[in-house]
Amino acid sequence: MKQTNLKIVSDAQASGSARSARPVIEIKGVSKTYKTQDGEVPSLRPLDFDINEGEFLVVVGPSGCGKSTLLKLIAGLLPPSAGEIRVENRVVTSPHRDVGIVFQSALLLPWRRVLENVMMPVEVKGLPIEEYRRRALDLIKMVGLDGFERKYPWQLSGGMQQRAAICRALVHDPKIVLMDEPFGALDEIVRDHLNEQLLELWARTDKTICFVTHSIPEAVYLSTKIVVMSPRPGRVTDVIESTLPKERPLDIRETEEFLAIAHRVREGLRAGHSYDE
Amino acid sequence: MDSAREKIIPVTAIVALIIAVWYVAAIFMNAPVQRDMNKRADITPTTLEFVVQTYTQAKPILPAPHQIVANFYKSTFEVKPTSRRSLVYHSGVTLSSTLLGFALGTVLGILIAVGIVHVPALDRSFMPWIVASQTIPILAIAPMVIVVLAAVGVTGLIPKALISAYLSFFPVVVGMVKGLRSPDFLLLDLMRTYNAGRATVFWKLRVPASVPFLFASMKVAIAASLVGAIVGELPTGAVAGIGAKLLGASYYSQTIDMWSALIAGSLVAALLVVLVGAVGGFVEKRMGARPS
Repeated sequence: MKQTNLKIVSDAQASGSARSARPVIEIKGVSKTYKTQDGEVPSLRPLDFDINEGEFLVVVGPSGCGKSTLLKLIAGLLPPSAGEIRVENRVVTSPHRDVGIVFQSALLLPWRRVLENVMMPVEVKGLPIEEYRRRALDLIKMVGLDGFERKYPWQLSGGMQQRAAICRALVHDPKIVLMDEPFGALDEIVRDHLNEQLLELWARTDKTICFVTHSIPEAVYLSTKIVVMSPRPGRVTDVIESTLPKERPLDIRETEEFLAIAHRVREGLRAGHSYDE
Repeated sequence: MDSAREKIIPVTAIVALIIAVWYVAAIFMNAPVQRDMNKRADITPTTLEFVVQTYTQAKPILPAPHQIVANFYKSTFEVKPTSRRSLVYHSGVTLSSTLLGFALGTVLGILIAVGIVHVPALDRSFMPWIVASQTIPILAIAPMVIVVLAAVGVTGLIPKALISAYLSFFPVVVGMVKGLRSPDFLLLDLMRTYNAGRATVFWKLRVPASVPFLFASMKVAIAASLVGAIVGELPTGAVAGIGAKLLGASYYSQTIDMWSALIAGSLVAALLVVLVGAVGGFVEKRMGARPS
């Protein structure tokens, strides 16, 4: 990542490490059941946890445990079957403004250039174009996509497309960023690189991030807090506060501390399995 | 460049093969008539003379390719384009109702598709009728449309264009419904997180996503429009147009005229399809599509 001194952080969020553990997202007894033709399919069993301001929360669980459903519930794209989700103390009933989402596929619009794709939320929300254009260009520079602003998505590699998608999620300066296995489709080398970039981006912007993955190393490397989930219907088997320092070079993954947390995550996943079988 | 050369050789080979088979077939197809004529005129030609005779009949059952080419050349380039003997004139008449019908059909198709995508009730109630409309033979409907409209005083271009539109709206409906529904489900979710209304989703997402689908179906639609226009010309009493020319020529067994009218029609169709394809390619390139 380029070392640029950018004023990407809004003043309200710039309080930095002095912040108190104020919950931004509160999940209270939330469960989700899908109604299908074969009857009701439970997807999430009642969940209870908070995500604090500026926290990097990683939800880790096996495929199909309802991780994506959880993100959609937080985003207000789906109503919970029971319980309630509060964001900034307001009950979520519909999609709300202060959120940016990144999915597993970049979902860039093929007829828009990179900058135009990044500007999409600004256009749709009717925010001042000129002001946010500068912000978009700064973000593009931060993720190392400068020079590619006028390229079309097909001219970018998978990793670059995903970086553009991250810029798009951040351009309107949301407090919360939801990421649904954003690097799941990328090879491990690119994934490592983007994990590193994401941590830097997070450190610089102080967003509250809720990140979903089924990769244990990725979960441990990125998180300040890990929520471990069982297979469908998902429930929380463990919540782990990371003891790793905020400064994390890639080789932190070979330290005792890292492996201990990874071990505990694996234990949590195993606990979920034995419960089901 | 290489791909063009790769295409040219097989295509030319096939054309050469067809022409060779055609010349052989022409001898056999025209031989019985020629034998009768020779018997009546009491001529006994050599084999070579006989072959030449089968290639030079005025009203052969199967004209030889060079007869058709000569006739086509004469009635395209040697006759004034305003003359009723000119294929340019007849093609122009057919082309005008084709284009009007194509425009009507495309606009109608797009409107119906937009309705179907946005109103679930329309999807259920319209779609079966639209499919059913295409199962009715156009030859059965065309005369009725012409006759009914003539009874209320509408004649000329409009009835023919309506038949063209009837054939061309269908591929546009099918293609556009598919195109407007093509955006990923997650993209629609993403738009919802921006609090985008239906109009915004439509203009910023559905419409651009449907462009390649629109041009693909317009290629089919314009060829169908031409068929509609030609069929529409048949029951009008063979006044003008490629359809009229075909019908008139078949009345008088002017097979060479029929074949050259057929070629004129095919050329117009090919030209229109290529034109739509070129416009589509240009638009998609402007929209940043990956060059293929």
